[in-house]
Amino acid sequence: MNRYTLNVIAWALAGLWVLPLLYALWTAIHPPVYAARFDLFAPLTLENFIRVWNAVPFDRYFLNTLMLVAFVVVSQFVICTLAAYAFAVFPFRGSDWLFMLVLVQMMVMPEVLLVRNYATISQIGLLDTIPAIALPYLASAFGIFLFRQAFKSVPKELDEAARMEGAGPLQVLWRVYVPLARPTYLAYGLVMVAYHWNNFLWPLIITNSVTTRPIAVGLQVFSTVEQGIDWPTITAATLLSIAPLLVAFLIFQRQFVQSFMRAGIR
Amino acid sequence: MTVGKMQMMSRNARIALLLLAPAAVLLVAFTFYPTVATLIDSFHSTPRGRRPAEWVDTQHFQAMIADPIFRQAFINNLIYAAVIIPASMGLALTMALLVNARIGGQAFVRLAYFTPTILPMITVANIWMFFYAPDYGLIDQVLGLFGMGGNNLLGMPGTALWALIVITVWKLAGFFMIFYLAALQQIPPSLLEAAALEGAGPLQRLRRVILPLLMPTTLFILINAVIEAFRLVDHVIALTRGGPNNSTQLLLHYIYQVAFSYWDTGYAAALSVVLLGVLALIALVQFGILDRRIHYR
Repeated sequence: MNRYTLNVIAWALAGLWVLPLLYALWTAIHPPVYAARFDLFAPLTLENFIRVWNAVPFDRYFLNTLMLVAFVVVSQFVICTLAAYAFAVFPFRGSDWLFMLVLVQMMVMPEVLLVRNYATISQIGLLDTIPAIALPYLASAFGIFLFRQAFKSVPKELDEAARMEGAGPLQVLWRVYVPLARPTYLAYGLVMVAYHWNNFLWPLIITNSVTTRPIAVGLQVFSTVEQGIDWPTITAATLLSIAPLLVAFLIFQRQFVQSFMRAGIR
Repeated sequence: MTVGKMQMMSRNARIALLLLAPAAVLLVAFTFYPTVATLIDSFHSTPRGRRPAEWVDTQHFQAMIADPIFRQAFINNLIYAAVIIPASMGLALTMALLVNARIGGQAFVRLAYFTPTILPMITVANIWMFFYAPDYGLIDQVLGLFGMGGNNLLGMPGTALWALIVITVWKLAGFFMIFYLAALQQIPPSLLEAAALEGAGPLQRLRRVILPLLMPTTLFILINAVIEAFRLVDHVIALTRGGPNNSTQLLLHYIYQVAFSYWDTGYAAALSVVLLGVLALIALVQFGILDRRIHYR
């Protein structure tokens, strides 16, 4: 294949991949009559965004989502870092076996156990709270696995040097291992932000009020097929809900891809 | 083992157990305990009002065998997984190879492939609903040009599942691409040059050098793809609710319906056991067979 063909294929795929987003943008900035009519000179409007913003408590949903995502990512960093440090640096009899047991969480994801986890959350009285959305995801096997890989590649000499200076296990972790694993933290953190920003089924079940619902669940009011489909409203709502994430990704995309490469996730 | 080493091991164990404690508590509470409890629940009736759950033996499983919706959901999910896993992985690899080759506007193309990953499935589903809408939807308009219009792609049992499959593949391929791309960029160029010097063409280099080096990445992506194939039902909830005629019913969506629409938690537990069984079986195959062929560093 020559360069020309490669370019055509790459761009055709790219066009296909952004088509839904472009369409959403088109419909959102035009009056409803142009939803399915493509006229280059159609009048532009921000009416749809204003209507949606007033119809849905977007600010509250954004706040909930931010609190959820911050809580999940910070807790996961702490919990998974400690566990990964134990597996990577303090092997003991049975630790390999325990690690395999942790990996079970990768396949048995919280969604499969939602009936039971709902009962648990209800028993500890956390129904319809933001921590309830986060709890089943905090001990992430994915995170423990990635951090363990990163810690294992840290040169032993650095660890020993820090210990010689009298640093305890937690100080060594904080001063030697965590700084060297920064690309892994960045890559994992960004994936988790996107994951929990968009997560739907579990938050849908466990929350039922405006003050706890994340944006993905809050938007569900628009996808009720029964009441006729109002495309401009739906697309404007969609764009509003993803705008923060999209902007953040546009700004950080270079670091994002590079951190993946440096993290050596493969 | 020397005495010193034994002491070292037990010191390690003490520190490790302290470090592992928070993760262990959460894993027990939200993974291991619910797994066991689900297994136990599946042999009990659903508690209703003051009537507690009773041992009903394999009654739920017998009901399941006779349940046409379950059978449909099971078959649908197998088709769903069998198409989504290879299609999204193949596309991801193609995209990564394309972006890795020097093409014009590389940064934009990479961004374009990746955008579906950061969009919520639930809102993405809304946009796709427009593409699939009969008559004025984009796809039906194109089909109309060839005199094949008037299709309700999400409303016909024959096409609804495939319409959902397309959305899922679109959503996942860009995410998997990033992993392939990261791995591709770590292949030393000297290795490819050496292969080229020995007369290997582009296809041979792909088959003999690149693909073997990508094997650990492929396994990692495969695990993720399998998980998504049984986890991702957001668009089913948004678009079809399992219909028309259960043609888009998937296992997790059926569990969700039975548990939270019909409140039959006993039967839902039995259905969950089946899903757990499928995942366990896949995990065994993946780690058992594939791991032997892959060399982690």
